[in-house]
Amino acid sequence: MKGYLGIDVGSVSTNLVFMNEGGIIREAIYLRTQGQPIATVQRGLKELADRLPAGTQVRGVGTTGSGRHLAGIIVGADAVKNEITAHAVASLVLVPGAQTILEIGGQDSKIIILRDGVVTDFAMNTVCAAGTGSFLDQQAARLNIPIERFGEIALEAESPVRIAGRCAVFAESDMIHKQQMGCSLPDILAGLCEALVRNYLNNVGKGKEILSPVVFQGGVAANVGMIKAFEKELGLPVQVPSYFDVMGAVGAGLLAREAATKNGRSYFKGFGVAEAKFKAGSFECPGCPNMCEVVEITEGDLVLARWGDRCGKWSNQLSKEKVS
Amino acid sequence: MRLTFPHMGNLHIPLKAMLQYLGADVVVPPPSSKKTLTLGVKYAPEFACMPFKLNLGNFIEARELGADTVVMAGGCGPCRFGYYAQIEHAILKDIGCDMQLIVLEPPEKHISEFILKVRQIAGTRSWWQVIQAIRFGYQKARAVDLLEIASFKARPRELVPGATELAYRQGLALIDGATSSVELKEANKKALRIISGVTQDHSRPVLKIGLIGEIYTLLEPFSNHNLERRLGSLGVEVDRSIYLSEWVNDHLFLGLIKGLRSKNEACAAAAPYLRHFVGGHGQETIGSAVNYARAGYDGVIQVFPFTCMPEIVAKSVLPGVGGDFGIPFLTLIMDEQSGEAGLLTRLEAFVDLLARRKGIEEVVNR
Repeated sequence: MKGYLGIDVGSVSTNLVFMNEGGIIREAIYLRTQGQPIATVQRGLKELADRLPAGTQVRGVGTTGSGRHLAGIIVGADAVKNEITAHAVASLVLVPGAQTILEIGGQDSKIIILRDGVVTDFAMNTVCAAGTGSFLDQQAARLNIPIERFGEIALEAESPVRIAGRCAVFAESDMIHKQQMGCSLPDILAGLCEALVRNYLNNVGKGKEILSPVVFQGGVAANVGMIKAFEKELGLPVQVPSYFDVMGAVGAGLLAREAATKNGRSYFKGFGVAEAKFKAGSFECPGCPNMCEVVEITEGDLVLARWGDRCGKWSNQLSKEKVS
Repeated sequence: MRLTFPHMGNLHIPLKAMLQYLGADVVVPPPSSKKTLTLGVKYAPEFACMPFKLNLGNFIEARELGADTVVMAGGCGPCRFGYYAQIEHAILKDIGCDMQLIVLEPPEKHISEFILKVRQIAGTRSWWQVIQAIRFGYQKARAVDLLEIASFKARPRELVPGATELAYRQGLALIDGATSSVELKEANKKALRIISGVTQDHSRPVLKIGLIGEIYTLLEPFSNHNLERRLGSLGVEVDRSIYLSEWVNDHLFLGLIKGLRSKNEACAAAAPYLRHFVGGHGQETIGSAVNYARAGYDGVIQVFPFTCMPEIVAKSVLPGVGGDFGIPFLTLIMDEQSGEAGLLTRLEAFVDLLARRKGIEEVVNR
């Protein structure tokens, strides 16, 4: 089998997707990043290599997500793209005709507006991470319920309580207050879902024309409570594609196909990188008072990449292609 | 008396020129850096905006270099900036950095009010010399702006990455070094020649983005994570809604010099959306967005510091402008965060969006 590999390294999860040359998804892996992007990508590659039939040929690999540069260096990516472009590309293929994409991931949330198959507008959360997956994760942990069960418990709500959703800190104290008043757990969870949806629509979706079909994706789309809250608030049906949690990786794979076809070759280093010893270190550059934290990725004695310097003193020492 | 002042982009070049022309002893604070911000954050009220914190850090660092007097701009109106000079002065006193304070309030009716204030610094110098000093400072501001505009055009088209930045730095140093109007004219020409010497690919498709928003975060590259440079390397030609010389002409000379883009134009363009002064540059932000849309720009990016009230007003008006003119816009809020991944993601995605709308995908796949 021949195909393309897409890798999405996010703050909460790392996803890998293998698709055949026609763009049909053959394997999808969802892993928790747990603060170790390199090890997680390696684990994912190993798992993928085990699942794929022997002799599988990777014709291109793309990376996306907040760890895209890091992952791109490790695997030798053909396309390193931001997650907005990746998500839009994936939705257009998996949900033809999509006009609105609601995406809530671990650390950020975004809305993408598509018209006639082209991204016409997008917005992303600004300085605040309230209303993203990490916050839900944290609250689930605090209430001692597994995040996977969050949604179904929220669906049992009879009358969701009102929770302030503008700020994660206020939301938490509001929730604690409601708990101490004796509100039931399902009502609180459903209230939280509604608060997050309100916050998302006011903050991220502000001023955008939300038209059907609406696609909801990203890790948080696994939460049925959130789906229901969106449908209630928008008054529109909300679709969740079957690969909702790995859409970024799907997009990265599609972009890799585009790039590798154009270049006529792939830079993929092979599944062997799962065994290689990569080291990520950082040092503070003493060159000026900015004291930039320079991150360095090494394999053995070889420096693969550096970034983080404002002036380019360290990153420019390596070839441009690798750093960009 | 050893004077210092806060940094704001290239402001130090014209301001130093004016003060030195008057024979003042000037200490330019070290360029704003993480250390400056750390000092500012330590002593400033938590809810103050980032420009306040950087100002304060600049003053503390300048004092370490021997400065004893702060020259600071004043203001009035809904933006908190108007009382920053006084608060910063009080904080400096509290932490044992007692410094003199000279506040240059913007004139209300006539440029003579401004000249009068500069005279206070000048001591025994004649009126003629004071006016010449202000003129010289203005000429430097204009020279720096023209150089910057040339760099905005060259950067997205440069063949060797970083070549424009190098040429720009050389040009700035030349302008900074000029000590008279005659020398400045020569330096100005030379600087522009260096920039035009950057090898460029003129056939490369570039996108045009207008940068609008709050003056400090627009002008100070440290506060906006080198936004212009980043966009340049993504293949984008930028223009800014505020340049130093235009600001000086609008607010200090009250429009005395003709032929420059003025805030009145911006405010007139804002009229269908916002007819009132809302503090800071809120109204100009809206007007400039309209003007950029009319001028055929591909997109607009609004920049402001976290908690900036005038720009928050403008932000909520912008979707209307974007809808009417069909121009995409992106808002970037700057604060202490130093992680740049989020910023880069937004910029890349925005540039992708504009390029795909324009049908020039090679820009992004370069």
